[in-house]
Amino acid sequence: MEYILEMKNISKIYGNGIAANRDVNFNLKKGEIHALVGENGAGKSTLMKILFGMEPPSQGEIILKGEPVRFSSSKDAIAHGIGMVHQHFMLVESFTAAQNIILGMEPKKGAFVNEAEAVRFIKDLSKKYNLEVDAEAVTRTLPVGVKQKIEILKALARGAEILILDEPTAVLAPQETDILFEELIHLKEQGHTIVFISHKIPEIKKISDRITVMRSSRTVGCYETKDVSEKEISNLIMGCEMDTSIEKSSPKPGDIKIRVSGVSYTDKNKVKVLKDVSFGVRSGMIFGIAGVQGNGQVELVDLMTKRRSLREGDILLGGKSVKDMSVRDIRKMQFGYIPEDRIEQGMAAHESIGENIISNRYDTKEFCKNGLLDYKEIKKFAEENIREYEIRCSGSDQNVGMLSGGNMQKVVVGRECSHEPEILIAEQPTRGVDIGAAYIIHKKIMELRDEGCAVLLVSADLNEALKLSDVLAVMYDGEIVAYFDNTEGLNEEKLGLYMLGLDRHDKETVRRAENE
Amino acid sequence: MKAFTDLIFTTDFFYSILRVTTPLLFASMAAVVSDVAGVPNIALEGIMLIAAFAGMFFSYLFESALAGLFFALFFAVLAAGVLAFFTLYYKTNIILGGIAINSLASGGTIFFLYLVAHDKGTSVSLASKVLPNVNIPFIESIPIIGPVISGHNVLTYLAVASVVFTYLLLKRTALGWHIRAVGEKPDAADSVGISVTKTQAIALIISGVMCGFGGAFMSMGYVSWFSRDMVSGRGWIALAAEAMGRQHPLGTAATSLLFGVADALSNAVATLGWPSDLVKTIPYCATLLGLAIFSIRAYKRAKAA
Amino acid sequence: MSRERSFTIIRTAVSMAVAVLVAFLIIVLVSDQPLESIKIFLLRPFSTKRYIGNIVETAVPLIFSGLAMAIMFKANLFNLGAEGIYFIAGITGSMVAIWPKLPPVVFPFLCILVGAATGMAVMVIPGVLKAKYGASELVTSLMMNNILLGVGLYILNNVMRDPDVASLVSYKYRTNSLLANIVPGTRIHVGFIIAIVFAVLVYIFLFKSKWGYEIRMVGDNGTFASYSGINVAKVILTVHLAAGAIAGMGGIIECIGMHKRFEWSALPGYGFDGAMIAMLAGNNPIGVIGAAFFVSWLRVGADLVNRSSDIPTEMISILQSIIILLISAERFLHKYKQSWIEKEVK
Repeated sequence: MEYILEMKNISKIYGNGIAANRDVNFNLKKGEIHALVGENGAGKSTLMKILFGMEPPSQGEIILKGEPVRFSSSKDAIAHGIGMVHQHFMLVESFTAAQNIILGMEPKKGAFVNEAEAVRFIKDLSKKYNLEVDAEAVTRTLPVGVKQKIEILKALARGAEILILDEPTAVLAPQETDILFEELIHLKEQGHTIVFISHKIPEIKKISDRITVMRSSRTVGCYETKDVSEKEISNLIMGCEMDTSIEKSSPKPGDIKIRVSGVSYTDKNKVKVLKDVSFGVRSGMIFGIAGVQGNGQVELVDLMTKRRSLREGDILLGGKSVKDMSVRDIRKMQFGYIPEDRIEQGMAAHESIGENIISNRYDTKEFCKNGLLDYKEIKKFAEENIREYEIRCSGSDQNVGMLSGGNMQKVVVGRECSHEPEILIAEQPTRGVDIGAAYIIHKKIMELRDEGCAVLLVSADLNEALKLSDVLAVMYDGEIVAYFDNTEGLNEEKLGLYMLGLDRHDKETVRRAENE
Repeated sequence: MKAFTDLIFTTDFFYSILRVTTPLLFASMAAVVSDVAGVPNIALEGIMLIAAFAGMFFSYLFESALAGLFFALFFAVLAAGVLAFFTLYYKTNIILGGIAINSLASGGTIFFLYLVAHDKGTSVSLASKVLPNVNIPFIESIPIIGPVISGHNVLTYLAVASVVFTYLLLKRTALGWHIRAVGEKPDAADSVGISVTKTQAIALIISGVMCGFGGAFMSMGYVSWFSRDMVSGRGWIALAAEAMGRQHPLGTAATSLLFGVADALSNAVATLGWPSDLVKTIPYCATLLGLAIFSIRAYKRAKAA
Repeated sequence: MSRERSFTIIRTAVSMAVAVLVAFLIIVLVSDQPLESIKIFLLRPFSTKRYIGNIVETAVPLIFSGLAMAIMFKANLFNLGAEGIYFIAGITGSMVAIWPKLPPVVFPFLCILVGAATGMAVMVIPGVLKAKYGASELVTSLMMNNILLGVGLYILNNVMRDPDVASLVSYKYRTNSLLANIVPGTRIHVGFIIAIVFAVLVYIFLFKSKWGYEIRMVGDNGTFASYSGINVAKVILTVHLAAGAIAGMGGIIECIGMHKRFEWSALPGYGFDGAMIAMLAGNNPIGVIGAAFFVSWLRVGADLVNRSSDIPTEMISILQSIIILLISAERFLHKYKQSWIEKEVK
């Protein structure tokens, strides 16, 4: 028995007709760390959902320890010793760490849960695997790294021998990643098999024993990590030597278009999530904000776009305070906003591409005459966008919800960028989209900047932040802790120190972010 | 005014508050359990009506109040099960599913009432049974408190127990934790192998059982017959109480009691010769007002934060 | 046509067929002469001019309530207040129809206007509570229904009641206030034409105008709508007012079209019917007309069966519930859909 697990000829076709896996093959050896790599949308997550019993495969078989198995739910998979740590944590925020770990396997005392026993069990478990957590802390209050530990403990508590980690480093700063890697190696030494999903090649090189590469829903192949170079992995992922570098001319800054001064914000849990944030963005430049997620970026953008109301400090867009404007007033300016969560905020999933792509100016003369919408004009406009952004769809009548993630994002970007905005807020503009779409989106943002748009780029993807930004600020714990007026010589390790609050610039340097 | 105060400050009035709060308590606890599980059961009204009819009819058929209670619970669970099946398995929108069950109950009970009693109004022609009243030893002989607390229908005491039950269920038991997890973050429950559908189905069934008791009380305790649409909005009032109690069993029970007072008041002042058409709207006005005040306060609090 | 749309249509058709089959089942179980009764149920509604007239008359209030609910549902609002509005707008409109002396045409127009205004006024309460403060419109509207019934009955009893009649009815409407008959030999009245006109208007409003666009975006994803600069609170209030006006018209048109006095002593049930009709129609105002005819055919059929074999007409609410459950069941017939799609991808 060479493999602990084999997945043979797996195919998966979703209800909307999208094929996420076609004839995929994947195998694991006991006690290895196996990297599953590929671009967003290559089918990695789907394959793992099938392995974890969350989705039934349309075709194919799974052989675990020599026995064919069929999982009808994640419960089956768990019973067979498979555990998964999802990219978006599966934790009940109002529960304690102990409640989350023990959920579904609670020790009983009579009719009730034996809570003391649960806490004891978790203390033993975290000692055994060297994963320390405070069992009685409420999950909502814990930092991302600890939540990830809870997730790993959850899987281990259920006897997971095979542990799937879906992009575990996406939410971590580089230094936290190092700690995670130590923990994973410790687990490997104890005989656990680990599937590590990622698209960051240096990480994969560092941690994995073998690599399986996926590209456009198929497996490209499986390799010994030591036999392939970073460059080779990259070529396998892309399929061809696609040039995704963006030409960046030197910026020509103009007037201040976005002015944030002295903004603080206290959220409904009485936590001060923004502390005296000030900066300015001039036209013709990209102002990047980097930082681990959850350090106040979301709240900052929400205040700028009136999703939350501003109480301390002021924000001027094009010289006017957002306090004096409604969302509609802001929209009436040449303003574009690519939101972080395209599905929740950026689209009406059950409406057509055409209806979605005009939502920021459905009542302008262009599309609306005497209160009636001009559907011919809308169709024309939608089709122009479909061509320009290479949106893969069956036509402008197709519902946006039926598109793949990357194509949905192109609809959003098309809408927000095709009216020559003077101000653009781009919040994680390429999160979860495939490389082709990311390239198109990056190119468009750069084009707008060259035309004189003031761009605020908020990104947790350091690669993206470094690639696009003219100037870069780092946010940590609701503050701007570092500011760089150019990105030359900057790298992820260096930024990581600021992102984790291990280092900070002096007040004078940070003040330069105001771009006076 | 004197007539009014004379009416209010009597042990009879306070006794009647507990009596009219009984169905509200059952229904609001049903609302809590289902809502915490993330499947707001708006069919409370209809399920209670179905149970009320079943209780009346089967207690008449078998000449036994206990049989009536059994079938009231059985049909309530059946109705909740149909709702669960459609919303969880066929993915019917939970609100529309609730509307359908309510409409089924409203028309269906009249349909069967006519078949069995040849009357589309009430079942008084059928000799159905009622569940017994219980006198609590010692307490019944205490002045003032005794006549208020003792001598209620057995289901009234069960209603109070249902509040304790709901509280302990959600706070201390594994099932309660699963229900909370499923309502707050279904993916989290699913990731540890807790079936979201099954847990939500169980929550709906529990809420069905409680509605069953509430409905049985209506036709076999509150009065001794079935009449068309006799639940008259109590299911909806319970939903309002649950919203204002912020899903917490104790807060919800307190709010239900408040609405019970409004209900008791409307019954009491009816004897004063005030216009009955308007007096009957008191519980609904109270609920509307309560919900309005609650929502406005919640809005202001959210804005101030 | 997209696969998605074809499936919606198939599901609707199957749901309607299931409802009819359940009707058969009920008839078979309850009736002494089942085959005869089924024949009556299916065919007799079309046998005479008068019965066909009955279908059309019955459809009129159903169209109005279906339209009101379609607007609500399109905005993803679950307000069942049409029920109470039918009653109270019937009361206020009837007060107009009883007292002043006005020329024909103008008179019913004024009655309808008052009914519509009443509906709008009533909807302000749940509308504002929802739009501004987020209170559940479902619960507030149901409370309103009971309150409006009480208030309406109070007015009926104390202001409008005709003491010369034993039952609880109002004074007679003035003849000039009544809606004219348009098909001799039936009771089909001008209200039918108004209903059709409004179905078309609501269609244009919802699917062609910018206000309809706002409503649909709010209904699909409120967060997205406000992100796009749409004032969600305003849209919610607009929807409430529009639906209130239409329900109010439906109430008074039924009164002055079909009756000589105000005759309701309980809520007429049109609010819930509207919910079902809007769903049958997929919230499409033109489809509402067809759905209303289907339901009114069931009604007339059930009524005729009731006359011949004593099966209570409440059978209809059992059918209605089944229709609602099946039509809104997203995964009903899902397996067929999935295999169809998989085949096409291969």
